[in-house]
Amino acid sequence: MIDPVLASRLQFALTTAVHIIFPTISMGLAPFLVYITYKEIRGAGEPWVSMRRFWVKIFALTFVVGTVTGIVLEFEFGTNFAAYASAVGGIFGGPLATEGLMAFMLESTFLGILLFGRERVSDRLYFLSAVLTGLGSWLSAVWILIANSWMQTPRGFEMGMRAGQEVAVITDPLAAYLNPRFLWMFVHMQSSAVLAAALFVAGIAAYKLSSPESRTRFWKTSLKLAIVAMLITAPFQAIQGDAYGRHVYETQPQKFAAMEAVYETDSYVPEYIIAVPTNLEDFLNPSAKELFGIGIPGGASWLASGGDPSAEIKGLNEFEGSPPVAFVFWSFRAMVGLGMWFILLALWAGYRWRSGELLEDRLLNRALVYSTGLGVVAVELGWMVTEIGRQPWAIQDVLKVADGVSPNLTGAEATLTLAGFVVGYAALLGVWGYLIRRLVIQGPTDGEGASPTEIGASSGVSGE
Amino acid sequence: MMPLASAPQWFGVPLIELWYVALFLTLAMFLWLDGANFGIGLLFGLVSDEETKETMLAAISPLWDGAEVWLIVFGGALFAVFPDVYAKLFSGYYLLMFAILGALILRGISPEFREQRHDPAWQRLWGRLFVFGSVAAPFLLGMFAANWLVAAPGLVSIPGIVVGLALVALTTVEGAAFLGMKMRDGLNRRLENLGSVAQVGYLVLAVATVAYLFLVVEGMAAKIVNPLPIALVLVTAVFGLGYLWALRIGRYLYAFVASAVQTFGLVALVATLLYPTIYPLEGLTVAEAAVSALQLEVMTVVLLVFLPLVLVYFAVLYSAFSGPVEPAEGY
Repeated sequence: MIDPVLASRLQFALTTAVHIIFPTISMGLAPFLVYITYKEIRGAGEPWVSMRRFWVKIFALTFVVGTVTGIVLEFEFGTNFAAYASAVGGIFGGPLATEGLMAFMLESTFLGILLFGRERVSDRLYFLSAVLTGLGSWLSAVWILIANSWMQTPRGFEMGMRAGQEVAVITDPLAAYLNPRFLWMFVHMQSSAVLAAALFVAGIAAYKLSSPESRTRFWKTSLKLAIVAMLITAPFQAIQGDAYGRHVYETQPQKFAAMEAVYETDSYVPEYIIAVPTNLEDFLNPSAKELFGIGIPGGASWLASGGDPSAEIKGLNEFEGSPPVAFVFWSFRAMVGLGMWFILLALWAGYRWRSGELLEDRLLNRALVYSTGLGVVAVELGWMVTEIGRQPWAIQDVLKVADGVSPNLTGAEATLTLAGFVVGYAALLGVWGYLIRRLVIQGPTDGEGASPTEIGASSGVSGE
Repeated sequence: MMPLASAPQWFGVPLIELWYVALFLTLAMFLWLDGANFGIGLLFGLVSDEETKETMLAAISPLWDGAEVWLIVFGGALFAVFPDVYAKLFSGYYLLMFAILGALILRGISPEFREQRHDPAWQRLWGRLFVFGSVAAPFLLGMFAANWLVAAPGLVSIPGIVVGLALVALTTVEGAAFLGMKMRDGLNRRLENLGSVAQVGYLVLAVATVAYLFLVVEGMAAKIVNPLPIALVLVTAVFGLGYLWALRIGRYLYAFVASAVQTFGLVALVATLLYPTIYPLEGLTVAEAAVSALQLEVMTVVLLVFLPLVLVYFAVLYSAFSGPVEPAEGY
């Protein structure tokens, strides 16, 4: 039997980590679907009609799993974190309710028309449905990230009493909702969702294009759309991420110290871009001082302050409780490493496209195929830095996770549901992956879109 | 320490009570619209020809996702306005909540998954899980609502089981009426009979529930013998008979509206009997459990702006898919 606090932590971690895969892909695919549907209703013909049909199928399968795994999260604050829910519901519950009413209603109703209504509604209403479904999914992110960013940088509240308990009471809704972290987080998440979806589309298209019989305009156009999105988002993500790091240093110094594994407060802290643990102990308990790696002298200080290598970084030893440093330190490095790889991949693909050899470069093709899911992996790693880096706090410096767990929850109950989620979500992920793979292998099933055209015809995104 | 300003009012309407009503309205919308989908899920398990099955899936496939969001809004609104109730209820009936979530997951994914492959074994598996999820969800939700109302200390209680069965019957009533509107030739005799049996079953179970509350649950008798609860019970009975008649003459829209009146009547009855407490197990009242005046006001702005818009979305969705569906229109 696992202790209820630990089991609740693990269950929330598992259920969010699985859930975020699906909205990442569906939010990221939304701009693609809007564009493809626009081309279709403007009468651009094939491959746009087949592309809309095919990518809407992938979107639908992903969206449905996102819906059902999302409800779990909305209920888990009450089931497993009742003390948390009571203490901060007076602020934190607001964005969740607003998300449902303002965003999720919009996306889930117009999704019905987007998926099944092509023959039933006018072109205009159909296109509007694509736009509103996409808009709804992005508005969902606004409210969910308002809630999450408030946990990182809580503002706009005081402590008060309700029904004999001390609770957070909202005093300034604008300060609470537009807290310092919100915009950083929203921009970073949405850009990474588009990048992850672009890598997903590019990987699938590259996989199909590696066999000559499916070298169709359909897949070439899909690949090119994805490359355009990668060229925009991958470099943007690095530039914005760098500034985001400085913001974390200013607002959550404890998390920043964990990201850099700095224990003692120091200035001229080096940045270990590549850190090589020489033994298991260094891997499990990384400490910047003892790691063997390539360090840029003063680099971490430079990043934290935006250009001053002598800037002081507060060490973890100065804070009350500290997050599991290894998770945060390595997740951060892996995320940044993947980000660099995505920039390289985008430039490489863009260069090959320009030189007319997009389909000839076998190595590029393999690289794209193997990177299909890496955008989602980077999103997971980023969220690990954000959420694990905030530990032991649920609300930074206000409420600890351990104090938020439901007081009457038993270890047996929590272990039972945790085990249920491990088994159920493994099956769910397995079936989803299997069905996506099947759809990809089948490809676009109807007529024109599937007809092969000559290899290498490549000017402009539409391939015309 | 900042004291909570008590009981804000807008234009003479107390916001706490406004939210209490709004909360149960979202629950009723869920039970009506998604209830019809659950009911079709149950009927799906009782028919064998593939064409009718495909028609059933085509009828609900564009609608269930939106309908389910009413439950999400219910949970979110409870969290935002009565966080202690949200916390105590959901953690108090911990395993029941996860059973409900499991049923909703199965109901949501299985029709989508079923239609992805055409071999019989695969379709049988997901078809069965779809039926299971569609029946378990309303049953467990009924148990949850009854436990909440009668302050049952454990997961399983007699009123929980009776109300659970009543909700399964009610969703079947809704589902049969809605399916009638969706099938080109209306309901066949068997489906019509199933709808009628479900209606009779619902009326019997509803009467049994009210009788149990009146006789057994402390303090309920005095609450039931009042004009509003008695009127709600009578309305349920009258519209139940109207439903049977409408189904018989093939006026499915009337039958669906009658089932809506019954659903809203049931939820209104629960809300009336619960008030002014909102968490009877600890005697917590609506006024004690409500959040601060400012949070109530912020949420009321959100409600007043977006609830009308949401109703427009649903009008657009249901009118886009009005009338009969073809079996091939589904996934």
